[in-house]
Amino acid sequence: MVSTPRPVGRKVLFMATCLCDAFYDDAARASVELLEHLGVEVVFPDDQTCCGQPAFNSGDWPSSRKVAKHAAKVFAGDLPVIVPSGSCAAMHFHGHRLQFEECPDAEVESLAHRTWEIIDFIVNGLGIKTWDGEFENPTRLAFHRSCHTRGTDTGEAVTTLLSSIRRAEVVPFGQTDQCCGFGGTFSVTFPHISGRMGSLKLDHIMESRPDLLVSADMSCLMHLTGLARVQGRPIPHLHVVQVLRDTLMTARK
Amino acid sequence: MIDRQPIDTYARQISDEKQTSVITGSTASTDKRFNALFTDYADPDSLRKLAAKIKDHTLHHLDTYLEQAEASLQRNGVTVHFADSGDDARETVLNILRGHEVTQLTKSKSMASEEIHLNPYLIENGIEVLESDLGEFIIQLDGDEPSHIVRPIIHKNRREIARTFQREGIAEDYNDDPGTITRRARVHLREKYMLAQAVITGGNFISAESGRLVLVTNEGNTRFGMAPSKVHIALVGIEKLVPTDRDLGVFLNLLGRSATGQQLTVYTEFISGPKDDSQPSGPEHMHVVFMNHGRTDVLDSNCREILRCIRCSACQNVCPVYRQASGHAYRSPYGGPIGAVLSPLLFGDRFPELADLPKASSLCGACNEVCPVDIPIPDLLLRLRDKAKRAHIPQPGDLPMTPFATLATSPSLWRTAMTMSKAMNHLPIQVAPVRPLQDWLGQRTLPDWHGGDFRKWLKARKEK
Ligand code: SF4
Repeated sequence: MVSTPRPVGRKVLFMATCLCDAFYDDAARASVELLEHLGVEVVFPDDQTCCGQPAFNSGDWPSSRKVAKHAAKVFAGDLPVIVPSGSCAAMHFHGHRLQFEECPDAEVESLAHRTWEIIDFIVNGLGIKTWDGEFENPTRLAFHRSCHTRGTDTGEAVTTLLSSIRRAEVVPFGQTDQCCGFGGTFSVTFPHISGRMGSLKLDHIMESRPDLLVSADMSCLMHLTGLARVQGRPIPHLHVVQVLRDTLMTARK
Repeated sequence: MIDRQPIDTYARQISDEKQTSVITGSTASTDKRFNALFTDYADPDSLRKLAAKIKDHTLHHLDTYLEQAEASLQRNGVTVHFADSGDDARETVLNILRGHEVTQLTKSKSMASEEIHLNPYLIENGIEVLESDLGEFIIQLDGDEPSHIVRPIIHKNRREIARTFQREGIAEDYNDDPGTITRRARVHLREKYMLAQAVITGGNFISAESGRLVLVTNEGNTRFGMAPSKVHIALVGIEKLVPTDRDLGVFLNLLGRSATGQQLTVYTEFISGPKDDSQPSGPEHMHVVFMNHGRTDVLDSNCREILRCIRCSACQNVCPVYRQASGHAYRSPYGGPIGAVLSPLLFGDRFPELADLPKASSLCGACNEVCPVDIPIPDLLLRLRDKAKRAHIPQPGDLPMTPFATLATSPSLWRTAMTMSKAMNHLPIQVAPVRPLQDWLGQRTLPDWHGGDFRKWLKARKEK
């Protein structure tokens, strides 16, 4: 898909995603802190909004193309664009290309080319293969591989880093590759199916008796934990970047 | 009015029994597929990619390969017909049957025939049709519709089948032991097979080079059905061609493993024409009906990749939406992801009515991951959503996206909305008169709103 290698560098543009902007500010904070810890200068373009997925997935491509063009302007230049979400990153490097296939746009293509999911960037861009973090107590981590990281290097990158944390155990669970049922607007127009999908996913996750549910996408975590709370089986959850930051702090104590 | 999608409504009302059958059956097939492919091949992915290339090449030169196939088939003594529409195909089949004075026939499972509702048409025209695939036979007895492209009765359990057999007098008593059911079906069907004057099959592949027609079954019903019949009619979609016999190796290895987790289906027939003098039995006349039925339109569309499909059902088995909704929810012979793409395209005149099918996906991509010909199904679903939108086909539950686009392209408005929406935490949105929102919040909670907090933190840091 990508012909020339994606840019890597010690200065990046950070896209927080609308979900972190609205709900999960700490995941965005952790992303910045991590990147800075790794010696990367982080620039946050203040005019950023959303990747446009809600409109794109609902089939309103004229609307989502507008949003994509806005993003392409906000993140213009030649710096890597780092996103703490497999889903929004995939929107940039895959979705945008799809919706512009009949009307190619150089700026949008450039954005697609420069976008990295954050853990993929850390492991495969910056070459960090182990993580010098630790948990105070043995901790079982259930890693939910979000669907939009299929076919990308994120899943392996996450597992590599998480497994190298001291006292962390990444526990396997059944039907790992099944979707959590969120799918954005899908969960709104297919509430029943989406809920059933999420519950099944939770059943599998819970069977592995995790201490912490981890993902590279807050959207999946929002859906799963939102269901879990209502079902009376709440589960602690964090974005991978939060786990990396927190265990690093513990190790440094 | 904002409402649920039809497939969600359907899924809500199916019985627990049916739901369990579908989930258990499809999950097992998915697991078997994975094991079969990954045990036998170091890199099944490259095999999928190769198969995709072969199919793309064939589709790109379809006119040439069709001509070549026609010539090869004729050389083998096969009569070749081309049918453009579903009506043409049905008439062609009927005319062939009349020409051979056939009144009674057996038919093996064929999705092409399901597409054009061949059975009811032939029956209306006075021909006795017996489905010889066990699953399809049970569907026929029940007046039901197949719900899966490989396992038509995946939605039924053995107790239902035992009841059907008893009701239809195929068995004297109720017995739901699978072995007994199969034995009873066998006795009943074998007798009928022998009376058939013709056999109708589909076609899994045709090699353009040799004109070999390839049929795969697990029950041997095609082979058996062939023996007593004088006439064989194969109804084949024009996209079923492969260039050479050699290519069959790739596809047969993928098909069995992807469909049922078998290295090879139990019976694989290579048919190169009607019976010759050296053969003791078999059809003396063989006809191949190449059916277009919307395929050239698909070829001209931006969804042409779907024509690579070899009908293995792997996408259907793995699809979490299909698993919850069953194949019947898709209101066409094709269920699951393949149906969500193919049906609105093939049944072009029904597009408005079927335009909701491409919405039945969280776009999780599992279908693409398992597809033996690497069809980018999620991309096709999205292109069809775009198509529906451009055709102004209203969809239940569609939220207007213009306000969103305005907000997401106006940074200052966006920033304000982020901080203002803190009010969200205090609004009783649970009582909003929007059904999907109520459904959503009935099952899930939303996290607390922290709009703008990250930006505030960044700013505060800078000022320090
Ligand atoms: S689309 Fe692919 S996975 Fe689905 S039935 Fe066709 S070949 Fe099989």
